[in-house]
Amino acid sequence: MIAEAGLAALWLAAGLAALQLVLMIAALRADLGAARTMQSIAAVQGGLTLIAFAMLLIVFARTDLSVALVFENSHSAKPFIYKVAGAWGNHEGSMLLWVTVLSVAGAFLALLSRRTSQRTLVAALGAQAALALGFYAFLLIASNPFARLNPAPFEGRGLNPLLQDPGLAFHPPTLYFGYVGLSIAFSLAVGALLTGEVDSRLARAMRPWVLGAWILLTLGITAGSYWAYYELGWGGYWFWDPVENASLMPWLAATALLHSINVLAARGALKAWTMMLAVIAFSMSMVGTFLVRSGILTSVHAFAIDPERGTFLLALLAIYVGAAFGLFAWRGASLKEGAPFELVSRETGLVINNLLLSVILAIVFVGTLYPLFVEAITGEKLSVGAPYFNAVAGPLALMLALLVGIGPLLAWRRERRPMFKQLTVPALLGVSALVFTIILAPGMHILPRLGLMVAAYLAAASVLPLIGRSPFRAPLATWGMVVAHFGIAVALTGMAMNAAFTSETLAIAKPGEILSAGPWHVQLQDVTPTAGKNWTALEATLKASRGEGLVTLKPQMRYFTDPPTETNEAAIDTFWNGQLYTIVGKADPNGGWQLRLWWKPFVTLIWAGGALIALGGALALLGHLRRLLRRRREPNWRGRYA
Amino acid sequence: MSRAVRFAPLALLLLVLAGLVWRLARPSDSTVPSKLEGKPVPVFALAPGIASKPSLSSSDLATGRPHIVNFFASWCVPCITEVKLLQQLKERGVSIEGIAVRDRPEDIGDFLARNGDPYERIGSDDQSRVQIAMGSSGVPESFIVDGRGIVRYQHIGAIEVSDVPMILSKLEQAG
Repeated sequence: MIAEAGLAALWLAAGLAALQLVLMIAALRADLGAARTMQSIAAVQGGLTLIAFAMLLIVFARTDLSVALVFENSHSAKPFIYKVAGAWGNHEGSMLLWVTVLSVAGAFLALLSRRTSQRTLVAALGAQAALALGFYAFLLIASNPFARLNPAPFEGRGLNPLLQDPGLAFHPPTLYFGYVGLSIAFSLAVGALLTGEVDSRLARAMRPWVLGAWILLTLGITAGSYWAYYELGWGGYWFWDPVENASLMPWLAATALLHSINVLAARGALKAWTMMLAVIAFSMSMVGTFLVRSGILTSVHAFAIDPERGTFLLALLAIYVGAAFGLFAWRGASLKEGAPFELVSRETGLVINNLLLSVILAIVFVGTLYPLFVEAITGEKLSVGAPYFNAVAGPLALMLALLVGIGPLLAWRRERRPMFKQLTVPALLGVSALVFTIILAPGMHILPRLGLMVAAYLAAASVLPLIGRSPFRAPLATWGMVVAHFGIAVALTGMAMNAAFTSETLAIAKPGEILSAGPWHVQLQDVTPTAGKNWTALEATLKASRGEGLVTLKPQMRYFTDPPTETNEAAIDTFWNGQLYTIVGKADPNGGWQLRLWWKPFVTLIWAGGALIALGGALALLGHLRRLLRRRREPNWRGRYA
Repeated sequence: MSRAVRFAPLALLLLVLAGLVWRLARPSDSTVPSKLEGKPVPVFALAPGIASKPSLSSSDLATGRPHIVNFFASWCVPCITEVKLLQQLKERGVSIEGIAVRDRPEDIGDFLARNGDPYERIGSDDQSRVQIAMGSSGVPESFIVDGRGIVRYQHIGAIEVSDVPMILSKLEQAG
């Protein structure tokens, strides 16, 4: 009954979405006062998808094997938390989660939005309903999560053991919330293009959504990167894999949008560009979902390949993005550009920021899809790897980081003060970092060297907006910006350190043998069997020392029984100045064991930086929301704040 | 904003969609054909893998008739079933040459005594050098080399019963 209840809730929600779309068209044509009705419909629709998702959680929690999806992806011996997480660790479940977030976000838009005009809200709710309708159709026609099996089997087929990890249980939902949060920006942009009300009011209504989605994307990408780092046992944090790029592209677009939206909110400028970015940001989310779910590109993330689903998703993508771009082409001419600005101004700074981010986005997009196009034209198969992305996007990212230090110091419209005095200390820091690296590590590669220089400069430059005024009276949004920009410097330091100073040892060692990695001496003590709830493992005991103290690491090679899979469980020890990362591999016929050791100085700064960037976003969001609440309490407020 | 700028996104989208549709419409073919197919075998001369048999070098392959060159190892489990199938191919008159990867003569001897010996010659590739030069990444792997010493086909993984007709037709084409 539970599965059927979930399915019924989905059908009802789809019906309501269709009604919502029809009402929007009617309301825009005949000027009907449909806003109230549509708000209620959107709220009920959100509630229904929540019910459907709850039903899926219940069948997974109970391991109801008569549901095909549970049989395929679960097992009675699996730990409870992963039984529940299994609900979204597969294609159908994750698409249901996607739709749930989409319509719950639509419900919140309907209930919370007081800032846009009624007409734009109606148009945006209609656009959101159109989006939801397509994805309901996708679920109900091509990937029903509630399909039954008769007779019910006795045992499930387990879950990919790589997914039995807290990091992965929560990293995809975080990304999904981010992806789908951008749908609100998309719908608001489409709504505003329809009604022609592209103004600073719209930008302020859109900003919390973009910020919220961007925070979650940042967290999701950071967590995913750490997960790949410790779980896959490759010792790297970013592989430029198509699926990783799929999450990076919406983030890049959302980052650009986040900055251009401020220009629109404060100065009423960059109207067409901001609308375009809002459309592109969610389009990139859909492209990402399509790339991941259609299996069109070969990736280390082995998802099931299904051309029918791929075609369906591609059709949705073509309809939505095509409609939005078409609308842009049709209505774009009526957008008047806002207040003018001079060459040296914050607006210019943000325009350059947007250009650089867009070029990086284009580079990632082209790099991800290039193999496909080469094959279409010449028939040759190839793959684009890290060297391309690092060499092409790296220098641009460094230029962007240089600009991050300057932009926030510029005044809106026209900057009259001489800038360079303020930047003396950061510039000196950058130069001394450069000199240090030349003296201490003459053989260092150019990109990490410049990375350390820019990071040192940016760490100082990013806090300048708080200097010269009482820091605790600065608005929360300013604090957020400072923290996020400082986070970039922190992450950059980690990346450059990791690129330049990692030491790696791969060797076959017999018990008792000592290997070295960087400053560490690591002794293999022995290798013993051990077991968990649904796996057995060979566990190596390593004693590591670098002069003083002794630490023990226990990397494992795990064998999961159902389905039979081997995974490497890295043992990682974190110190203030880096991580010791160890992997044990196969046995050698002569009684030795493959050991892989890395000493990675300051590598944790990469994720700490990512977390700081997200924290900065959260502070800014808090600031904007607080201002919003305060304004609501003052009914007579009129456009005082810019 | 000019017309061209307004329509540019739409045009780009159509281009990308066309590419994606093309890719989806094709049956998914994830096998990458060997870069060596159609090229001569790299030059090599291996030490004998086992004392009782001649060793293998690249010149032994350009003899006017096609050969199967089979990379195997005594420590490789799928090789055990494959070698029995190779035995049957040999009985049908196919010449099969072996390259033992990272192996020891006494282990190779045991392996052949237990599972059968289809090989005319066996070379010992103890550092995987020839394996890497041939673009092979594991054992078992087999190459069909024609009478002029040119690689015609690379088979990754064990040859199964269901592959035999395909292997025989490839040999015929090579001959």
